[in-house]
Amino acid sequence: MIRIALLVARKDLRIEMHSRVLTWQVLPFGVMALLLCGLALGPTAAGHSHAAPGLFYIVITLMALLMVNRSTAIESNRGTRSSVATLGLDPSGVFLGKAAALVVEMWLASAVLLVGTVLFLHVDRAKTLSALPTIAVAVVALSLAGTLYGALTSSNSGSATLLPILALPAFAPLLVAGERAYSAVAYGGNLKVWWGLLLVSAVAYLILGILLYGVMEES
Amino acid sequence: MRDSVHLLDAVVVANGFPLISGTTLSIEQGTVTVIKGANGAGKTSLLQLIGGLVPLSHGEGVVAGVDLTRQDRREVRRRVGWLGHEGSFYEDLTVAENLAFACAAMSVNPLEIPQVLERVDLLHRIDTRAKDLSAGQRRRVGIAWLLLRRPEIWLMDEPYASIDAQGRAFLEEVIGDASRAGATVLVSSHDEIDLGKQKYRTITMAGGRVVRST
Repeated sequence: MIRIALLVARKDLRIEMHSRVLTWQVLPFGVMALLLCGLALGPTAAGHSHAAPGLFYIVITLMALLMVNRSTAIESNRGTRSSVATLGLDPSGVFLGKAAALVVEMWLASAVLLVGTVLFLHVDRAKTLSALPTIAVAVVALSLAGTLYGALTSSNSGSATLLPILALPAFAPLLVAGERAYSAVAYGGNLKVWWGLLLVSAVAYLILGILLYGVMEES
Repeated sequence: MRDSVHLLDAVVVANGFPLISGTTLSIEQGTVTVIKGANGAGKTSLLQLIGGLVPLSHGEGVVAGVDLTRQDRREVRRRVGWLGHEGSFYEDLTVAENLAFACAAMSVNPLEIPQVLERVDLLHRIDTRAKDLSAGQRRRVGIAWLLLRRPEIWLMDEPYASIDAQGRAFLEEVIGDASRAGATVLVSSHDEIDLGKQKYRTITMAGGRVVRST
């Protein structure tokens, strides 16, 4: 399983390195969205910084949807699906590999967005750095859930529109927990509960993905 | 010689529509079979059933010794190779990267890649992304993938579509070599095809059934 996971993760990251979808499409979208959020909030720096955790997570969730769509589309060509299926790859390994590649891409996206929150939303640099561990775990949970929902919608002809409808309700608790954890680190509050929720969610999606990815692919 | 494929009243239903509707068929190991039929006759579905890519809804089926009604279809998939007319690889990976991925997945020695690419006359395009290749060259990458894997059963879905005479001759040569090496080859085509000196059987499909076998 781990061997296949590493193989699939390397393959997906290599495809990203060649196609630069994250660099030229998803990241500019995320930065623009964050900038627009800042403009919509008006010129008050105080208002910006308190809204920053929520805005960061809304934008990162939208970016996650785009990246999951991309990750699913890589496999969607009919000939590629048939050909790769005949390699008989362990579905649990494929799930882990695709999720791992997505985690790496989303961590990079988060890093860029965090710079954006400092520049556009006036969040304190030190507070942003201290929120990094919770953001890293939230991104892992989002990537695992996204990979699972991507597989669920991949065989559907309207997967691009179906994915957000199905995945956003699953992303919502992660978004709330992530935002609360970020706010707790930056502005005070109960960090333990939200930190725990993020960890439990990540583990739950990991287990569900390992168990169900093959079934979803087959269906 | 043992049967590589044995289907008895095989039915495949997808979304309530029968793709294969009661096909009985036996194909010996090491033979070449051409599956003819109009568009929608069920040629691709039959190849997909044999490759374990779609489930058998009713009837019986044994492929490469794997019982399709009882065993995991993934067991069949590991023994077949697929060459589709749409392209059988990742568009954003180079030729070498695609083949290295397949080699790693199947635990095949990647040192054979240059040798196989030389055979399919693509060594000069080794670092070209698959999406930048012509239709004929893409087909050759798919053939290279099969040559590296050496599967027991070769499933070729419309491999002659949009390739030139030279490409057809090369394909015939590859099919002959695979058969002589003991592989079972199934080729679907809606056009008349001639495999030259290669001995082959032709089955004709219509409406999801085999209507003629010669």
